[in-house]
Amino acid sequence: MGDGDVLVAPAAVATGLERIAKEIIEREPDEEVFLVGIRRGGVPVAQFLARAIGRRTGRIVKLGSVDITLYRDDAATALPSPQIGPSHVPFDIEGKRVVLVDDVLYTGRTIRAALDALLDFGRPRRIELCVIADRGGRELPIQPDYLVASTEVEAGQRVEVTVNDDDFQVVRTPKKG
Amino acid sequence: MSESERRHLLQIEGQKAEELTQLLDVAETFLQVSRRAVKKVPTLRGKTVINMFFEASTRTRTSFELAGKRLSADVINFSGSTSSTKKGETLRDTVATMEAMHPDVLVIRHGASGAPHHATQYTRAAVVNAGDGMHEHPTQALLDAFTIRQKKKKLEGLRVAICGDIAHSRVARSNAHLLRLLGAQVVMAGPGTLLPVELEALGVEVHERVEPALEGADVAMMLRIQQERLGGALLPSTREYSRQFGLNEERLALAKDDCLVMHPGPINRGVEIHPDIADGKRSAILDQVEAGVAVRMAVLWQLCAEEPLP
Repeated sequence: MGDGDVLVAPAAVATGLERIAKEIIEREPDEEVFLVGIRRGGVPVAQFLARAIGRRTGRIVKLGSVDITLYRDDAATALPSPQIGPSHVPFDIEGKRVVLVDDVLYTGRTIRAALDALLDFGRPRRIELCVIADRGGRELPIQPDYLVASTEVEAGQRVEVTVNDDDFQVVRTPKKG
Repeated sequence: MSESERRHLLQIEGQKAEELTQLLDVAETFLQVSRRAVKKVPTLRGKTVINMFFEASTRTRTSFELAGKRLSADVINFSGSTSSTKKGETLRDTVATMEAMHPDVLVIRHGASGAPHHATQYTRAAVVNAGDGMHEHPTQALLDAFTIRQKKKKLEGLRVAICGDIAHSRVARSNAHLLRLLGAQVVMAGPGTLLPVELEALGVEVHERVEPALEGADVAMMLRIQQERLGGALLPSTREYSRQFGLNEERLALAKDDCLVMHPGPINRGVEIHPDIADGKRSAILDQVEAGVAVRMAVLWQLCAEEPLP
């Protein structure tokens, strides 16, 4: 399932995500919640959470995705990549509760961009943040509301979440290049 | 061209297929931006785009303006007829004056072939050719290719008939280069007096009647008779032209059933194209306009993305 040292095994991630699904519901049991995954790593995580929440509430959880490429703070000088995907928010987020979902939280710049991207679709009542792994190293004042695990790694290393069907695991790999 | 040199978009001729395909891929994303409620992304915040149009234009200028604005760039429009050009300023001096205001991109339309290329000598900004004389109109070809790709899901192997005033058409020239580069077969047809001699060297099939060109075509691209460039006696009359070369139902029946009808605009209704066809279900004329903004967004982004000069 990918190279590198396993920091959090699939079973632990699954348990963590189930706990988060419960927490998301408990925070506002009667209000509808929308999940928006940040492309591309956050999308399968959001899908997993949507199913977990749906099983507990018996309601279908609406799911969207945002691509942050055009909102990056270095977008003007970064080379355009054909990898940019479409943002897909097929519901009105105006006045709603939205949980933004990503796999790894690092500098916080991706989340900043995702917030801007999401706000272009409307003005939600509240946006919360859920990630699987927080590796520290923040450059912006952004913290997760829901977290599976904090990981301690040195600056030169990468933390990745690899996914195989519904199994997520957190791995540490040496920095590429 | 060395890595450190500014990149421009001056012509399709000589470009690489993979780079242009990548550009079209990026444009797909921008099509979605234009269709949302908030039609703006912050990507080119702080960049300045100057549209320098020395020739009349509605759709191309509007399209570039919207493309820049939807990327959050600051866009200034400048038209030849209301500028110091009227007072005798040369292109060189106009470009140098703009350069002093630190633009990032100059979009230039000019009646003289090669004007945008000439302008690159006097600016550090990236230059986009928005149509130069009878030379090229690269973003038009890109939006045409984009539209065909959207509708037909491919370009390779398609038979594209380009009909009309080929000689004066920078659109035809850019399209001939691009469509062939991307694997389509290009056929051109028009009155003998409006067919330039070097066409066959471009690798396109040429006819003096439209019927053989339309036969089995996947795309029929009709061009406008450019009255302003004709300078007189190349055509007997527009009515005569319409009768012999205009696209009507009878002629369109020669093409494939799902033939896409395109036109770069502006249309002369009833001359090169029958109004029923221009407004019909096979017409992609307005899709072309929509694609234009997306493709130009991709072009502007690509040109701004290069590392700025020291």
